Amino acid sequence: MEGLTLSEAEQRYYCDLFSYCDTESTKKVASNGRVLELFRAAQLPNDVVMQIMELCGATRLGYFGRSQFYIALKLVAVAQSGLPLRVESLNTVKDLPLPRFVMSKNEQESRHTALYSSDADNPASYSGVIPPPPGRIQVKKGSVSHDAVQQRTSADQQESTSPVVSPQQSPPTSPHTWRKHNRHPSGGNNERPLAGPGPFWAPFSEAQPGSSASSDPIWSGHSPPPHQENWVSFADTPPTSALLAMHPASVQDQTTVRTVASAATTNEIRRQSSSYDDPWKITDEQRQYYVNQFKTIQPDLNGFIPGSAAKEFFTKSKLPILELSHIWELSDFDKDGALTLDEFCAAFHLVVARKNGYDLPEKLPESLMPKLIDLEDSTEVGEQTGEVGYSSSPAEAPPSKSPSMPSLNQTWPELNQSSEDTAIVHPVPIRMTPSKIHMQEMELKRTGSDHANPTSPLLVKPPDLPEENKMSSSVKFTSGNTVTDGYSSSDSYASDPEQIGNTVTRQRSHSGTSPDNTAPPPPPPRPHPSHSRSSSLDMNRSFSVTPGQQQTGVVAYPPAVPPRPQPSQGPGPHVHRPVDAEGLIAHTSTSPQQIPEQPNFADFSQFEAFAVSGVNKEEEDEIETHSEVLQVEKPSDSASSLRVAKADGRVEDKAPANVPTSAGKGTTPLAPPPKPIRRRLKSEDELRPEAEEHAQKTGVIAAVLASQPSIPRSVGKDKKAIQASIRRNKETNTVLARLNSELQQQLKDVLEERISLEVQLEQLRPFSHL
Amino acid sequence: MAVCIAVIAKENYPLYIRSVPTENELKFHYTVHTSLDVVDEKISAMGKALVDQRELYLGLLYPTEDYKVYGYVTNSKVKFVMVVDSSNTALRDNEIRSMFRKLHNSYTDIMCNPFYNPGDRINSRAFDNMVNSMMMQVC
Repeated sequence: MEGLTLSEAEQRYYCDLFSYCDTESTKKVASNGRVLELFRAAQLPNDVVMQIMELCGATRLGYFGRSQFYIALKLVAVAQSGLPLRVESLNTVKDLPLPRFVMSKNEQESRHTALYSSDADNPASYSGVIPPPPGRIQVKKGSVSHDAVQQRTSADQQESTSPVVSPQQSPPTSPHTWRKHNRHPSGGNNERPLAGPGPFWAPFSEAQPGSSASSDPIWSGHSPPPHQENWVSFADTPPTSALLAMHPASVQDQTTVRTVASAATTNEIRRQSSSYDDPWKITDEQRQYYVNQFKTIQPDLNGFIPGSAAKEFFTKSKLPILELSHIWELSDFDKDGALTLDEFCAAFHLVVARKNGYDLPEKLPESLMPKLIDLEDSTEVGEQTGEVGYSSSPAEAPPSKSPSMPSLNQTWPELNQSSEDTAIVHPVPIRMTPSKIHMQEMELKRTGSDHANPTSPLLVKPPDLPEENKMSSSVKFTSGNTVTDGYSSSDSYASDPEQIGNTVTRQRSHSGTSPDNTAPPPPPPRPHPSHSRSSSLDMNRSFSVTPGQQQTGVVAYPPAVPPRPQPSQGPGPHVHRPVDAEGLIAHTSTSPQQIPEQPNFADFSQFEAFAVSGVNKEEEDEIETHSEVLQVEKPSDSASSLRVAKADGRVEDKAPANVPTSAGKGTTPLAPPPKPIRRRLKSEDELRPEAEEHAQKTGVIAAVLASQPSIPRSVGKDKKAIQASIRRNKETNTVLARLNSELQQQLKDVLEERISLEVQLEQLRPFSHL
Repeated sequence: MAVCIAVIAKENYPLYIRSVPTENELKFHYTVHTSLDVVDEKISAMGKALVDQRELYLGLLYPTEDYKVYGYVTNSKVKFVMVVDSSNTALRDNEIRSMFRKLHNSYTDIMCNPFYNPGDRINSRAFDNMVNSMMMQVC
C-alpha cells in the first residue's frame, strides 16, 4: 500500500475517528463494529463500502489497522466527493473534503430534529441558541424524524459541542458554524452570504413542512462547503452524550462564542480559524521570546546554532532525551546538525507545547516550517546554499496543501540521495596495477615481439633463453609487471653481450613501454582473496599461468633446470631464477611446469648447475651480468610491484636499484633514479634484512626479487650476489617447506577425519538393515 | 520490500533491527548475525585497497532457500543488512541499492541529531517510518 499523505486537519480528524472506533483502546485496531457503523454513517452505498474496505486492505487483513482505517477514511471522502475509488486517488486528490459521517440513528434523529426545530422555530427564539448550520442538516440523514423539540435540543447540543471541541478536533468548522449562526439570527433564512448554506436554509425551512425527502436531494447536493461543519458535527458525536448535560451551560457559551464570532468579519473568522486550527502557530510574543533566546546562544540571527549548543539548551527543559531527539528530528529541517532561527523557534515551540502537555506531532506542523524566504535570504552562510537548494522543493510543495509536508519529506530524501550520489559515488575499484592477466597479455605480446626480434640473438644461446624465459615467466607469475620486464630483461640478457645490449635496450624499451602502456607503477598482483594467506596458492596460480606463458614465449625450455621439488618454494626459486637465468643458459628446465612452479628454484639450480658445470667464465660473467641485469630488471618490476605491496621501504630501495638498471623501464616509478653503486651497497644489506622479513611467502618473493635487483652488475659483486641469492632461496625454501609440511599435516587430519567417518558409517550400517 | 532490516554498529552489535512481525523474528536475528561474517569477509577481501576504493554496496551476501541477504557497509564500518524474501522476484539490484541509499541517508540524519549518542540504539520515529515504508507491507 502506498504511503498515505494526510493534511494536518485530516490527520487530526482521522486520529479522532480512530480513537472513537478504538473501543478496546488498543490504539492499533479499530473495532470492526464501530468501523462498520462509521461507514454506514457515511451514507455510501453498500458496494462502495465493500470496495473501500477492499482497497484499504482490511478484508485482506481481517481487521482495521490504523493505516487501513486512515486509508478507508480517505476513500470515504473520495467517494463522497463523487470521485472514483482508486488507490492513486488517495494521495493525488488534493483539498479533499473530510469524510462525512452521519451519526447513529438516534443521534441522527435528534440532530435532524434539532435542525428542523432550529429552522422551523422562530430564529428569535434561538437567540440564545445558534441554529445548527445547514451543513449539519445535510449531515443528518433524511430518515431522521422531525421532532421540533428534539431538534432544538439536539441543535443546541450540536452547538454546544462545537465550542467545546478541542482545538485538535474541530477548529475549522467552528468559525464557519458561527458564521452561519450570525446570519441566522439576523432574520432568517435567506440572508446567508454563504452561498451554500444560504439557499439551503430557505428550501429547508420551506421544505420542512413538507417531506424530508425533498430536502434530502438538496442536502445531498450540498456536499463540498460544509464539510468542515460535518467534521464538527461528527466530532460532536462522541461528546454528544456527555454534552447533553452541558446544554444549558453550553448555550451560554455558545452565545458568547457566537457573539464573538458574529463580531468577526470573515477575515477575522478565518484568522480565528487559522489560529484555532493551528495549535502550533507561534504568536508574536512567543516568537520574540524565542528570538531573544536564540540571540543568547547565537548573536547573529542569520547564523546557526550548532547541535551541541542546542542540545545543552534544550536539555535544560528537562524533557526526556528521546523526546528532545524527536523534536530535533522534526525541527532540523535541512538535516545539517544545526538550527537556524526558524528551526530554533520551531524546536522551542515544540518544547513549550510538549511541556504544556501537547503530544509531539509526527510531522512538523506547517506553521513551524522554516520559511523559505529565510532560507533564501540567508545566503551568507555557506551551508545554507544547500538549504536553498532544498528549499526549492518545499517551494514546490506548499502549493499543494495535503501532500505538502509528506512531499517535502519525500523530496528531501530524494535530494539527499541525489546529492549523496554525487558526493558519495560508489567507488569503483580502480585497478592501479594492471591485472595479472593484463600483464601476462602484455608479456605475451612482448614476448611475441621480443621473440620475433631478439629471439635470434636469444636463440644464439638457447640455454639462456629458456632460463630467462623461465625467469621472466616466473617473475611474471609473481608480479605481472616484473614478469614482463623480467622477461624482456631475460630476453635481452639471453643474447650476446652486444646483442644483449641491443636487445636489452630494445626489450627494455619494450618492457619500459609496454608496462607503461598498461599501467603506471606495477604494484604486485593483488593476491586472490582466497589465497591471501598461502603463498603457495599464489604460486599455484602463478604456476598455472606460467605454463601458458612459457609455452608462448619460451622457445625451448632449458632442460638443465633441475626440477624444483616444491612449488611452495616459489619465492626462493624466484630469487634464484634470475640468478639462474643469468647463468643458466645451458640449463634447460626440467619441465616448463616445474620451472614455472619453481622459478627461483629453477633459476637457482640452474645457476648452481651452471656454476658447477663450470660454464665458461666469460659466459658466466656475461650471463651473470645479463642475469643481473635481467634480475635487476625483472625483479625490479616484480620487486617493485611486490615491494609496493609488501615492503615499501625495501621496494623503494630495490626499485631505485632496479630502475637504473632498466633505464628503458619506466615501469618502476617507485624508483627514483638510483645509482648502481647504491644498489650494490644495498644489495647485500638488503638481502639480509629482506630475507629476515619474510612475513609472507609473497613477501619472501618480494625480498628475493628485491635482492636480485640489488645484485650489482659489477663482476666482483656477482659472487656475493649469487651467494646472497642462494641464501635467499634457501630461506624461501625453508619457508615453503614449512608451508608444505603444514599442508601435509592438514591433509593427514582430513584423512583421519575421513577414516573416522567411514568407521562411523560402518557402525551405522548394521542399523540400516533394520 | 524487505523482510528484515538491521543496522549493525562497527563493533558488530545491533543498533537497530526490525523485522516483519509475522515470521519468527529470532530466525531473522540469527540470519543477520551470521551474515556479519560474510560482510567481514567481503570487507577484508576488498580491503587490500584503500578504503576509498571500496564500494559501499556489498551486494548479495548469500541466498538461502527462503530469502536473500544483502549487505552494505559505510565508511565508518556501520553495516546495514537487509533480508529480502526470495519469492519477491521483482526486486532488482538497483532497487536494493536505492533502499540502502535511503537507509544511509536516514542514518546520517540520525547522526546529525545532537541528542543521539553514536553507539546507542536507534530510537528515531523518522527512521522507523522510513524503515516501515521499506518493509514488506504485510500489515
